[in-house]
Amino acid sequence: MAFQILLNIGLAFIWMLLQNEYTFLSFFIGYIVGVALLYFLRRFLHFDFYFRRVVAFFKLILLFAYKLILSNIDMIRIVLSPSMNIKPGIIAVPTKLRTDWEVTLLANLISLTPGTLTMNFSAGGRILYVHSIHVPDKEKAIQEIHESFEKAIMEVTH
Amino acid sequence: MIEIVISIFLLTGAGLSVLGSIGIIRFPDVYGRLHAATKSATLGVISIITGVFLYFLMNGIFVGKLLLTIIFVFLTAPVAAFMIARSAYNTQVKMSDQSNQDDLAEAIKEQNRDQ
Repeated sequence: MAFQILLNIGLAFIWMLLQNEYTFLSFFIGYIVGVALLYFLRRFLHFDFYFRRVVAFFKLILLFAYKLILSNIDMIRIVLSPSMNIKPGIIAVPTKLRTDWEVTLLANLISLTPGTLTMNFSAGGRILYVHSIHVPDKEKAIQEIHESFEKAIMEVTH
Repeated sequence: MIEIVISIFLLTGAGLSVLGSIGIIRFPDVYGRLHAATKSATLGVISIITGVFLYFLMNGIFVGKLLLTIIFVFLTAPVAAFMIARSAYNTQVKMSDQSNQDDLAEAIKEQNRDQ
């Protein structure tokens, strides 16, 4: 992956030299041309096209923004409901993610999304303890985290 | 036209901050309050900053610092909430009576049994 980015930057430089315009804009256009080239050559050079990950990363950000807005609507509904009929609880969420920084990212994302707040790790760091503001169904809450964020993070890193 | 958009951003931000504060008063325990504080405050601050950013952009000034602020709020708010919740739990702050689950207590009990 590092080699591909280097190649891409190299292509952008060559583009800039060919254009004889040493500006950020021509570098940027060169970079985009490089991405297109790498995309078409990915079969011949036997590598996994790295830009797929960048796209996955943007998808993750969009998903996150959407969830953040949802979580705020959820919050407002609970805060303004007169009876505040909630069932908080702590649930253990096992995760399949392997490296530490992936788990950290997952924990951060969980904290900012509807009704959940990461509050502790197990010793190995592979089980997250999540405080949830309303847990009528524990299994469903765990499944939701797996389906949305864990999957999106895996798209980026694998 | 753009002024209306900026005003909407600013008002949303202010409204969310107010609601977050109400949440801090109304929730029954530390953990619930943290929910209110983290979520509403984050989106509230972010939409205010976005409004400010757009305002300066309209006047032809691109303020990169504001975008950095958004990133840092994103990075720090959950971490702060995590640390507060964890230290509250470790110092045995009680959860509210409505709570119906506590997987962490079971895990800790099991760990102590193993030792």
